[in-house]
Amino acid sequence: MDFEETAVKARAFSYFRAATIDQALDAYARAGDDARFIAGGQSLVPALTLRLQAPRLLIDIAHIAELRGIGREGTYLRIGALTRHCEMLSEPLIAEFAPLLHAAAPFVAHPAIRNRGTFGGSVALADPASEFPAMTLALDAEIEIAGASGRRRVKADEFFVDLFETALQPGELITAIYVPLFKADQRYAFDELARRRGDYALVGCGMLATFTSDRIDDIRISFFSVGNRPTRAKAAEAALIGFGLDAEHIAAAQAALEGDLAPPENDEVPPAMRLHLARVLLGRLLGRLGEGA
Amino acid sequence: MRGFDETLLDEADETVRVRFVVNGRKVACEVAPRETLVDCLRDEFELTGTHAGCEMGACGACLVQIDGRAAHSCLMFAVQADGARIDTIEGLTESGAIADLQAEFHRRNALQCGFCTPGMLVNASELLSQVAQPSREQIRDALSGNYCRCTGYEAIVDAIDAVAKARSAGGAR
Repeated sequence: MDFEETAVKARAFSYFRAATIDQALDAYARAGDDARFIAGGQSLVPALTLRLQAPRLLIDIAHIAELRGIGREGTYLRIGALTRHCEMLSEPLIAEFAPLLHAAAPFVAHPAIRNRGTFGGSVALADPASEFPAMTLALDAEIEIAGASGRRRVKADEFFVDLFETALQPGELITAIYVPLFKADQRYAFDELARRRGDYALVGCGMLATFTSDRIDDIRISFFSVGNRPTRAKAAEAALIGFGLDAEHIAAAQAALEGDLAPPENDEVPPAMRLHLARVLLGRLLGRLGEGA
Repeated sequence: MRGFDETLLDEADETVRVRFVVNGRKVACEVAPRETLVDCLRDEFELTGTHAGCEMGACGACLVQIDGRAAHSCLMFAVQADGARIDTIEGLTESGAIADLQAEFHRRNALQCGFCTPGMLVNASELLSQVAQPSREQIRDALSGNYCRCTGYEAIVDAIDAVAKARSAGGAR
């Protein structure tokens, strides 16, 4: 087949299947940074076939055992970077200890994509319209990163820097995501507004709140598809902490969103419309939270 | 598994040998690393029931089963699937695993040009393996990544719905 004459074929690259994290990091360094890690590949493969990216070397990390597995570690659930989106739906540990991820998973792309796409890959790409990166913010998760200088853990609040830009440095990869274990006094809610199931959301939101009876002690609200990166609604959070979820405080949180979100100019969905949709969604989710969601 | 060999970097145009179990048979072939699985299946093995549509994971015409789960063969390079078990529409047809779905699609005119049909069947097969009695809404959800530009989907949903009910009722399977 003559790839050069067809529209959607990747440029030539070399392929290396790494067996360990160290092998993967070593290969990246020796390719002179002109490499990409590939796991599920559900976003990277189209980027390569459309020639938006053309690395010399593709390093397949999908077979590294260390990047797999879900398990409790102290007060955290450690979710291996290679955990597939479909496992968010099927794994009992996720449903019990990170139910917000379980709730968000059906909204991630389509079933066949969820069979291949990985949690670590989604967080590393940091698509501002993706569900899981935003949920790591709502969950106050920590991202474990491996690089030439060793391992480090970065809070989700510090991880997402700008459009497709994260705390990951060239040659680093995500090994796992640590999510604080879901507790009995917590409630969560997730939803998104999309034109069609599986499409990118016009706006989406997930939240996790800690209650004393019906009073909110703490809440983290995270939006996606509202700007250059997943965004916490800190003013809306502040409007709710210490109060019950009555109509007055829900309205106050909705009003506060104006200070939290600055949706980009867009012909199809102007900023005012997106802000309006965000308020509608926030109202719905807080209503569900009030009902004990 | 050996470590990284730098000479690999100068061999981007060289082919590499990959092995799969395709439709139950052990096979091997030489592919360029940049060759997608759909191109490999069609060109190397002449399994042309897997269709290359959008080639970016949107239309679902290229769905196959990889290690038993539906996946886009356009969203994967063949080298990534080295060692995997791959089942295409040809294998699923031969085994009879989806014979009832195929008969029902036929009976209800759930296809016209047929381009989307292999992907529809792979997806429907996976749905019914996971949810015995899906609602019509669940069927539509599951098919959200499969485009059909002929039928308007109604007959496709009807066919899958009918097979789900027949399988649950009859215990024929």
